[in-house]
Amino acid sequence: MTKETFKRPDGRKLTELRPMIAKAGVVPNADGSAMFAFGNTIAIAAVYGPRLLHPQHMQDPSTAILRCNYDLLSFSVSDRKKPGPNRRAQEISKVTEWALLPVLELKEFPNTVIDVQVYIIQADAGTRTAGINAASMALAHAGVPMRDLVCSVAVGKMDKTLVVDLTKEEEDFEEGEGATDFAVAKVANSDEFTLLQLDGKIEPETVKEITRLATKACKEIYDVQKKALKDLVENGKEDKKK
Amino acid sequence: MRNRINEAHEAFEEEDSSSEATQRSVVVPGEVIVSGEDYLPSDGTRRVQDKIVSTRFGLAEVAGRVVKVLAISGAFIPRRNNVVIGRVKDITFNGWLLDIDSASSGFLPIEESPRFINKNEMDQFLAIGDVVAAKIWGVKPKGIDLTLKGRGLGKLEGGFIFRVIPSRVPRIIGREGSMVSLIKEKTGCNITVGQNGWVWIKGNDLDAEIKARKAVEYIADKVFISGLTEKMEEWFSKN
Repeated sequence: MTKETFKRPDGRKLTELRPMIAKAGVVPNADGSAMFAFGNTIAIAAVYGPRLLHPQHMQDPSTAILRCNYDLLSFSVSDRKKPGPNRRAQEISKVTEWALLPVLELKEFPNTVIDVQVYIIQADAGTRTAGINAASMALAHAGVPMRDLVCSVAVGKMDKTLVVDLTKEEEDFEEGEGATDFAVAKVANSDEFTLLQLDGKIEPETVKEITRLATKACKEIYDVQKKALKDLVENGKEDKKK
Repeated sequence: MRNRINEAHEAFEEEDSSSEATQRSVVVPGEVIVSGEDYLPSDGTRRVQDKIVSTRFGLAEVAGRVVKVLAISGAFIPRRNNVVIGRVKDITFNGWLLDIDSASSGFLPIEESPRFINKNEMDQFLAIGDVVAAKIWGVKPKGIDLTLKGRGLGKLEGGFIFRVIPSRVPRIIGREGSMVSLIKEKTGCNITVGQNGWVWIKGNDLDAEIKARKAVEYIADKVFISGLTEKMEEWFSKN
C-alpha cells in the first residue's frame, strides 16, 4: 500500500491531528488546572502546590518534587474499567512525571511537593499524550516556574504508513505489519524530547521521520495550548463589554 | 484600631500593576518577551542568548530596561513584608506555629508579640485555632518568620474569614488601598486582606458582613478589568 492510496478510517490526512480543544482553569479548587482533548480523548489535569510534602522522609531539602497521578476513569472506555490504579496507570504516571520534569524549575521550593492529577474522562487512544498536554498547561496555570511548555503527540505506523495521532480504531489495525504506536513529548521551543515510547516494531531509520512528524504536530498543539492560556485573560476582559 | 489593615506597605506591590504607562501582554512559559542585549531579566524571566524569555504564565511588563512577569494565577508565594492571615496550629516553648496557607508554616516567636507574654501562659494571648494578622519578617529555606509588630497586626476577634485566589489580592486592596477602603466605607465593616488570600471581615451586623464579602468576591471575579473602582461604586449603588 502506498502513501497516496492509504485511507485513514476517519478520513483524516496522514499528518492531520484530530480536532483539539483546550481550556485552562477548569477546576476551581486547584491552584492550576486545564482540559485538553484530542477528538474523543479528553484529559483533565489539576495541579496542587507547591505545598509541604508528607511523609517527611520523602522531602528533598534541595528542591521540590513532582508527583503525577494518571487515572483512566472507569467510565472513560466502552467496557467499564475496574477503578483504581493498576500497572498501566502506574507506568503512565511515572512517564508523565519524567516528561514534565525537565522543563520545571523546582529549586525555589525546597521540601515541597507539586501534585499533578490527570484524569482521563473519555478515552480513544493517545490518553497519555493528552494527559501530558493538559498537565503542562495546568502547571503553567498554577504559576510554577518553567522553562517552556511541553507538547505531546503519538505518531503511529499502520502497516508501512506513518500517521499522526492515532485513534483506538487505528491502534487496533491488524493488516500487513500491524499497528505501531510511538508516543512523543517535546519541549515546545527547542528540539528536546522528554518522552519517546514505542509500542510495536519499527526500523531505526523511521524514528528520525517520526520525530520530524512529531515536531510539526507539536507546533500545532503548542498554538492550541498557548491560545487557551491566553484566552483565560482575554475572556476576563470581555466581561467589560457586556 | 488594631485590626485596621496596614495599607502603606501593601500598596507598593500594587504600584506596578496599576500604572497604565507601561505596556503589558499575556505570556506563557517559554515565550520570548523582548530581544536585545539592553534588557535586564527580573521576576519570572530569564535570559537566553540575546532574548528575554518568560518562565511563568502571567502579564509581561517592560518598564524601562527591566522585564518582569506578574503572576495572575497560582499558589501564594511568601515574600518579606507581606501581611498574611494565619491560624495558630501549635504552641512551642518560644512561639506559635501558624498555618498561613503556603508550603511552609509560619513561626511567630514570643519576642515578636506586641507586649510581654508570660511563657507559661502563652495560650492566654493566642490559643490553638485563633486567627492572627501577621507580617512576614523573613523567608528562610526552613520556614517563615512572622511578627506582630506593626500597625493593623494582631489577633482577629469576631467576624469571619474566607479565601480568595491569592493572585487577586492586589486588586482587592487597590491602589494605595483605595478599593478596600471603598468597601469599608460603604459597608461599615472592618476588613483585613492577607496576601495569602485570606480575608477577614467584621461588621456591626451580619447583613453588612455578607455585603462586604460579596463585594470582595465580585472584585476577585472581575480581576482583569480596568477602572474597577468606578465599577464598584456602580455595584454598590445597585445593591
